Amino acid sequence: MARDGVYSRNGDRLSRRREAAHRQAVVNAVLATRRMQLADWHGRAYLLKTATGKSKVFDSLSHLWPEAEALSGATFDPLDPVLLARLKAGA
Amino acid sequence: MTALTTINLLTGFLGSGKTTLLQRLLDYPDLSGAAVLINEFGEVGLDHQLLDRIDANVVLMKSGCLCCTVRGEIADALLNLHSLRARGEVPWFDRVVIETTGLADPYPVLSTIRAHPVLRSHFSAGTVIATVDAVNGHGLLATRQEALQQVAAADVVILTKGDLVAPETVADLTAMLTAINPTASVRDAAGIDADMVLDAHAGRLRDLPVLPLAGHSHHAGESGTVQSFSIVTDQQLDWTVFGIWLTMLLHRHGDKVLRVKGILNIAGDDRPVAVHGVQRLVHPPVHMSGWPDADRRSRLVFIMQDLDPALVRHSFEVFHRLAGTQEDAAVAS
Repeated sequence: MARDGVYSRNGDRLSRRREAAHRQAVVNAVLATRRMQLADWHGRAYLLKTATGKSKVFDSLSHLWPEAEALSGATFDPLDPVLLARLKAGA
Repeated sequence: MTALTTINLLTGFLGSGKTTLLQRLLDYPDLSGAAVLINEFGEVGLDHQLLDRIDANVVLMKSGCLCCTVRGEIADALLNLHSLRARGEVPWFDRVVIETTGLADPYPVLSTIRAHPVLRSHFSAGTVIATVDAVNGHGLLATRQEALQQVAAADVVILTKGDLVAPETVADLTAMLTAINPTASVRDAAGIDADMVLDAHAGRLRDLPVLPLAGHSHHAGESGTVQSFSIVTDQQLDWTVFGIWLTMLLHRHGDKVLRVKGILNIAGDDRPVAVHGVQRLVHPPVHMSGWPDADRRSRLVFIMQDLDPALVRHSFEVFHRLAGTQEDAAVAS
């Protein structure tokens, strides 16, 4: 039987790409609640855009929510009823 | 690749019997290959067990255990130990036990182990042990935030000085500790052994309790209302959606999420994934070897302070509706 180990979805190249595309789609569904969008930046970084044309390039998805909040001035709170209602409407 | 050295945290309020427990642990044969980080050599009275002095802060004991004082940052003490071991100047150790100061919230230490550029490659966080004394436990948990955080972060809570109070007081305090942290095992200091204290993370997840969503367990005190509750679902979870949801939750409310622990049924995977975290820190998810029993539901236990369990559950559900639609969109794009 397999041993307990660290779980990861980034095994081979194909699963890494599929996972990255899926992650980006889910993130974009959340960002859309504040009319924002995330795109890949030459495969090396991420480009965050607002509906008014403000943008920011950053390196790691671990910085996504602080970056999105700084750029938009809005909060991304998963317990915010407005965000949840928009997410429900968009899903 | 060298295996990561497990770090156990021993936490507990001032006078809660931490040092007494540490002295007992130091006598266990299982700890002969361990290094123990303490605040002061003097407090544990090591003189009769001393074998050799390695440097100003590190001594080797007759039991084979290394004992180190922390002067300044814990990270520096760990780096010093790591260097001594790498140079062969101390016997090999495969475990570190850190005694935190009584007033410490365990989170910063756990966070340091995970985030430090050097330490993270050599050490990993293991069991957190908290001592609570039966004489002062009630009062401290009602008034001191640090005491609550220590109990919430613990995997094992050791109840000390039970012989100094009435049996009902011990029973009440045990019930209170279980209410604050239903994921921890609460043990009387008189009956513990090293295995109970130092066992691995994955094993403990097999006993994860299923709690009602709200109202079952709470603890109201001056330091706020702490509630523990479960989210249980039959649905297989989308790992990516879950990760994004949890990251957002911890980003906004990490200081109120004292603990999260769960076993998840992930879509596309036969084996469960165990997750656990303390405040903003999430440990690497563990791919378990198999399900502990016939129950295949995903189970998450949260210990939260001043957050509404119903709202957290609602948020979890709304996010998980994203799974199917976004999967389609991603595949189609």
